[in-house]
Amino acid sequence: MTGDLQRTSDQPKNLSVPSGATSPGWRRHLKERLTFLAFIAPNFILFTIFTFWPIFFTAYLSLTDWNMIRLTRKMVGLQNYQQLFATPLFYKVVGITLLFAFTTVVIRMAISLFLAMLLNQKIPGRSLFRGIIFSPHVTTTAAAAMVWVFVFDSNFGLLKWFLDIFNIRSPKWLSDPKWAIWAVIIVAIWKTIGFSTVVYLAGLQSVDKELQEAALVDGANAWHVFRHVTLPLLSPVTFFLMVTGIIGALQTFDIVSVMTGGGPLESTKTYVFYLYETAFQQFRAGYASALAMVFFVVIMAVTLFQTRMARRWVHY
Amino acid sequence: MTINPQHQALIRQRNIRKVLQAVPVYILLVLASVVIGAPFFWMITTALKPFAEVAIYPPKWIPSYIRWENFVEAWQSAPFARFYVNSVFVSVTSTILQVGIGLFSAYAFARIEFPRKDALFLLVLATMMIPGQMTLIPNYITLSKLGWINTYKALIIPHAANAFGTFMMRENIMSLPGELFDAAKIDGAGHLRTLKDLVIPLTRPILGTLILLNFIGHWNAYLWPLIVTNTANMRTLPIGLVYMRMQEGGSIWNLMMAATIFVTAPILLIFIFNQKQLIEGVTRGAIKG
Repeated sequence: MTGDLQRTSDQPKNLSVPSGATSPGWRRHLKERLTFLAFIAPNFILFTIFTFWPIFFTAYLSLTDWNMIRLTRKMVGLQNYQQLFATPLFYKVVGITLLFAFTTVVIRMAISLFLAMLLNQKIPGRSLFRGIIFSPHVTTTAAAAMVWVFVFDSNFGLLKWFLDIFNIRSPKWLSDPKWAIWAVIIVAIWKTIGFSTVVYLAGLQSVDKELQEAALVDGANAWHVFRHVTLPLLSPVTFFLMVTGIIGALQTFDIVSVMTGGGPLESTKTYVFYLYETAFQQFRAGYASALAMVFFVVIMAVTLFQTRMARRWVHY
Repeated sequence: MTINPQHQALIRQRNIRKVLQAVPVYILLVLASVVIGAPFFWMITTALKPFAEVAIYPPKWIPSYIRWENFVEAWQSAPFARFYVNSVFVSVTSTILQVGIGLFSAYAFARIEFPRKDALFLLVLATMMIPGQMTLIPNYITLSKLGWINTYKALIIPHAANAFGTFMMRENIMSLPGELFDAAKIDGAGHLRTLKDLVIPLTRPILGTLILLNFIGHWNAYLWPLIVTNTANMRTLPIGLVYMRMQEGGSIWNLMMAATIFVTAPILLIFIFNQKQLIEGVTRGAIKG
């Protein structure tokens, strides 16, 4: 490495900046600044076009009535929002999404903390277990959801076989409006559990062992140490996983799209799926933009809540 | 020094206790791995079965013979060769652009003086809070105006910018000792050369991790390719798989699972060979972000 630098410094210097002594300071400054701008330009141009501008454009579109094809858009004021808040389906979708998000996150975090504690033991073969538990996180969601459709098959599925062991009659998972959302929740937990497990594991490994041992010496039992020492020390990790988990769950699309298409009887229609359907199947760009704005506000609120509360609640 | 027999017995006792304690941990971990791994097993075994053994109950765990033709038939049932080319091209190009663009801006934020650059950096971080679903409609409209719908550009360009990678690389570059950069400056190296000869070799591990993570992310992308492609020849693998099911009626499960293996195998192979690096990368990103 240093050899490389040495070599380059022996080459003619016409490529590099003239040294400070020969050029006036302001010129060097200008050159620095231009270099800075050039280096960040690709990122900022793309962000401007594809991330920042869309916020304003969505806000504007949400005030129009437009089918994505007509050349002119009709301004309708807040009509889309009024319509949105007067639509029973909107509330149904919000309810489904919240049920899905909270159930998924709570169950996942409980299981993953438990798995992380198991993986935190010094036992041979640990990295194999960790790898298996983590593998759904990298697996293509759409493809995994496809496998799960067959796992849930009520005639020949793997899960029917499993439930039969305990003499439980398998529900018709994906065609029963009562059960379909639970099928989606199971897959979502499966898909994301590896991520929270390895994050918890990293958290556990950074917990000071001496504190736990000191508590044990003081006569606390294992449960007390977990409850009063380990868990509080993990609270930043728990908080992080909870908030990012909820944000991620609110954005769920792939699983629903592949497994249920929002059905049966709209029982698994999550917010983003509803948004997609409204925009790209029904071409109601104005109404869908209003949906997107509401979504945006909610996600921002959760994120700001996170940054605010991280300081107050979390025990470091 | 000799260890008295009593002491030896104590040590043995403690070792036995340790082993006994490990047993329930093992049982639980094996149980968890079986449950989490079951869909993978189900995918592979189904993909190898003749059709007659797919739709039977109770399920046949090991096929009576391995029917390799499933893969051939699945491959031919939809233009999978084309899907593969699309997925590979889009994922590789997007990854190169994302890491390259991120590296340049990370370097600038870490090492070049600019007034109020911290505020600009906050702007980069702010993009991580904006949910991608929010930008779907405007981006679709922008791309239609550019005439890019159903092209590679539509699949690649909107996601070529990258905040997370910029963030990670900036941290990494800032953690490098400043004397190295001073030395490079004294040697007369400009920013481009410093980037090429100093920063890239020293940040190789994080670059590798980011390349893998980005590649996996692009390979797995579903919603955006679903929206911006509308003919079979532009579809990526996940979209192609879903369309195959729609065409086949979705009941020829041995072929469906063979096709699912086409989609997931490259990612699983990448994961198997880079497990440690990927898990560490993801964890570090989570803890810092």
